[in-house]
Amino acid sequence: MAQQEETSAALMMRVVQSAGTPLYLQLYNQLKYLMASGRLQPGEELPPIRVLAEKLVLNPSTVARAYRELEIERLVEKRSTNGTFVAEAESPFAEAEQRRILIDRIDTLLVEAKQFRFTTPNLIALLEERDALLREGERVR
Amino acid sequence: MTDILRVEHLSRKFGEKLALNDVSLTLKKGKVLGLIGENGAGKTTLIKHILGLLTAQEGSVHVFGLNPVQDPATVLANIGYLAEEDGLPSWMRVHELQRYFQGFYANWDQAYAEDLREKFRIDRRARIGQLSKGQRARVGLMAALAYRPELLLLDEPSSGLDPIVRREILTSIVRAVANENRTVLFSSHLLSEIEMVADEVAMIRDGEILFCDELDAVKQSHRRVTLSFDETRSAPPNVPDAFCWEGGGREWRCLYSGRTTTIDAAAALVGARIVEQDWLTLDEIFLARSGGEVSHS
Repeated sequence: MAQQEETSAALMMRVVQSAGTPLYLQLYNQLKYLMASGRLQPGEELPPIRVLAEKLVLNPSTVARAYRELEIERLVEKRSTNGTFVAEAESPFAEAEQRRILIDRIDTLLVEAKQFRFTTPNLIALLEERDALLREGERVR
Repeated sequence: MTDILRVEHLSRKFGEKLALNDVSLTLKKGKVLGLIGENGAGKTTLIKHILGLLTAQEGSVHVFGLNPVQDPATVLANIGYLAEEDGLPSWMRVHELQRYFQGFYANWDQAYAEDLREKFRIDRRARIGQLSKGQRARVGLMAALAYRPELLLLDEPSSGLDPIVRREILTSIVRAVANENRTVLFSSHLLSEIEMVADEVAMIRDGEILFCDELDAVKQSHRRVTLSFDETRSAPPNVPDAFCWEGGGREWRCLYSGRTTTIDAAAALVGARIVEQDWLTLDEIFLARSGGEVSHS
């Protein structure tokens, strides 16, 4: 179990103070992102609160709060062993989170396309072109 | 007993100067309280009362339910203290200091002390006076932790230290709280550090507690709000609890301390729309609250 703790993607998280965003919220957002992107797999155990707190040099209650918020959304679950695990069932929240991530990227793309005077049909055509290339397994430029 | 520390209506004068004015705060077991305030605001005076070095002129101080002036032996045996100026005997070698403290504190855990010393990479034969400031801070931290005190009292522990030592100090705080359910009070002018490890924050100014609340609540009740007006204005609107206005024309931005619902209503009242809301760092909150009244007028 100790080894699993050390390799968890959750231990790769970083918090920044300059943003002003509460630290528990930063952790919560990053954990959601890690789950949505598959770097934290369903059923995977999250690091114990004290381990993550020590790694990130944060008050343990900050980590506990992030875990609690995720638990409320049923993205993680507490098991009798006291550990916190990524929920097994595909949660509707995970899908919503994936959508949110994609929408963020798409919005950025649309804004840039607009600046370059690319029409949306042009953009869609370009997307399909790139998709076809990727599927052929060709290296993207 | 859940209150490790209880300060009630504490006031202190030095000559004519009011150093502490009706200060009240409590600290529960297992919590970390961050004390913020400018130099001379009264932080160290407050800490000296907790250590029993100063007698309460008005009000009372209780540590572990005891009066630290009347019962210094019990209180001090359970407080780990680290100050900016370490005050360690410079002529002693590190291992001599360990032995000295061992005789002093019944709970001194020599194995733990050695563990910390090795972790901090301090030569046990080094003379304390010849260590760098950072190394001396590590020795001070070792000495403050090795008898596993119930309460850790850190007065500007990171002042003038490099980031590595500062991080070690913070990690020690987190470890003491997470693994041993210790209680911590620390003052720092590095508010980002307080934001990382504190449960609660007390801000002290001119000897008075300006606010003392959970960090989450403090963060929740302060924000940067940008208002947009239909018409240009030459001066910021009058909104209660809003200060540090900047901007001009149709967009004005302020720092706001209060409830979200109140600023919504206040904005509507002055005919504005809230177009942006941001969190503030503790630094910004501190600035807003210490300069707030000046720029408000």
